[in-house]
Amino acid sequence: MKIAVCIKQVVTREWGLRVDEQKTWIRDADASFELNEPDAYALEEALRLKEKQGGEVVVCCAGPARATQVIREALARGADRAVHIEADSLASGDAGTVAAALAAAVREEAFDLVLTGLQSDDQGFAQVGVVLAETLGIPHATIIMEVQVVEGGLRVKRELEGGWFQWVSLPLPALLTIQSGINQLRYATLKGIMAAKKKEIRKVAPSGDGARMQEILALYVPEKGKTSQMIGGSPTDAAKGLVTKLRDEARVIQ
Amino acid sequence: MSVLVIAEAREGRLNRATWETVAAAQTTGPVRIAVPGANVGGVADELATAECEMVLLLEDPALEHYTADGYVLALASLIEAQAPSLVFLPHTYQTRDFAPALAARLGRSLITDVTAIRPEGDRVVFVRPMFQGKLSAEVAAAGPAPHLVTLQIGAFRGDAAARGAAPAPVQKAEVSLDASRIRQRPEPPFQEAKGAVDLSQAERIVAVGRGIKGQEHLKIAEGLAQALGAELAASRPICDAGWLPMDRQIGSSGQTVAPKLYVALGISGAIQHLVGMKGARTIVAINKDADAPIFEVADYGIVGDLFEVVPAIIAELKR
Repeated sequence: MKIAVCIKQVVTREWGLRVDEQKTWIRDADASFELNEPDAYALEEALRLKEKQGGEVVVCCAGPARATQVIREALARGADRAVHIEADSLASGDAGTVAAALAAAVREEAFDLVLTGLQSDDQGFAQVGVVLAETLGIPHATIIMEVQVVEGGLRVKRELEGGWFQWVSLPLPALLTIQSGINQLRYATLKGIMAAKKKEIRKVAPSGDGARMQEILALYVPEKGKTSQMIGGSPTDAAKGLVTKLRDEARVIQ
Repeated sequence: MSVLVIAEAREGRLNRATWETVAAAQTTGPVRIAVPGANVGGVADELATAECEMVLLLEDPALEHYTADGYVLALASLIEAQAPSLVFLPHTYQTRDFAPALAARLGRSLITDVTAIRPEGDRVVFVRPMFQGKLSAEVAAAGPAPHLVTLQIGAFRGDAAARGAAPAPVQKAEVSLDASRIRQRPEPPFQEAKGAVDLSQAERIVAVGRGIKGQEHLKIAEGLAQALGAELAASRPICDAGWLPMDRQIGSSGQTVAPKLYVALGISGAIQHLVGMKGARTIVAINKDADAPIFEVADYGIVGDLFEVVPAIIAELKR
């Protein structure tokens, strides 16, 4: 089975976000970056499918030059090779732009299966995978928690809300968006890291026919919806203050 | 600006998030409501009590069980025929499964997870979270109308939807659906490990997030839960890692709770978590990041190291 995994590089969760001077994007020049978490689960699922079915896992990434970091990491974890659709503008690209950039590169490879994370930790559109499927003309299913290869295609477990699930069958080629927690992640071994250095990263320029979906007019820290009382001081003082409030003001403990 | 609302029903029952979508649409312009499905006349009648121009009944046997392909086929032709300025949908898992494909099929823009809407001249400005809710963005849709918009669950009040003086007309919409073009074959929905732990009945809950750092540290949270007489719960990443069972998960994919007291330890407050717990009467947040979105919903907040603060609270409770 020839599998594509679409990955994205995002700023780390721990990094303190600051808005840039135009107030339309973040100051990411000095940020630290990591592999988008749901994409890591998509990669792991692809590697497990390859182990059972044979074939090839190809990482596809539409992002700026610095995204090489997460591409190398994916190769170190076991992907066979990579396609990097490279352009600085893709760092803040909307779902239409990113999906179009991926589509051109993915189409020519004729994959049996395309996996993406269900959404990214940065812009969080939850769109790219599904738009990509529609652009490629292949069926899709989203928020997937289990993948079975069956006669005639796939049988996948879709997560619904509130603890409900549903099995869905679909023919190949197909695209799935993968939910975090579908599997337990593996990490790169030293051997994997060494092997990754010899693996191919093919760089291509975006074809430039992406339809823009949205324009960011302003970006800001949201106002608090509720007035929270912040309790300061040393841990002991803060603990005392909190317990007093919970007993005497909120009256939720005795 | 005219708005077409796409209702969501499962097994003939209306998802109440649809009322939130109707309320949001009513602030924007004249509203029509489309109800896709099979045997959903009851749902259409229920929605016809809303202040709206009409309810469009989009019935076909092929729409009885939800499939992405079926919904895209049926709704693409309806939207082309109706030609509204905007199409509003609730940001549910089902919407997320088909709306991006629907927008792409129509060659139109989709703005997801919207929390506020502001008409500005001849365009509409939408507010949506970015970076896990740590920032908000004001965005405008690009390209020609109709623009598709999904609304975050809980961002608009369903009970604020205006009711009409008389029921709105329910009109059957033309559906030409070639069922052979539906590629997904769905099986009936099911629940896993049904009701093993029912957190919705708990009066107090102590919930842990990524800030707990390792499974071995869970006993700190267990100690606090014990001292408070609370149930232990977690945000999604903790259950994904297998540190606590999935049935202790709070949030959109887990349980929704409204206890008297909710203590969030090292939970940043991604929207998927907040929707599951923001109904709690008193919310306490302890997090080392002062900018964590959890503080937006907290009644009491402590910015600090939970490994220092929590033992101090346990000691104070035992005094």
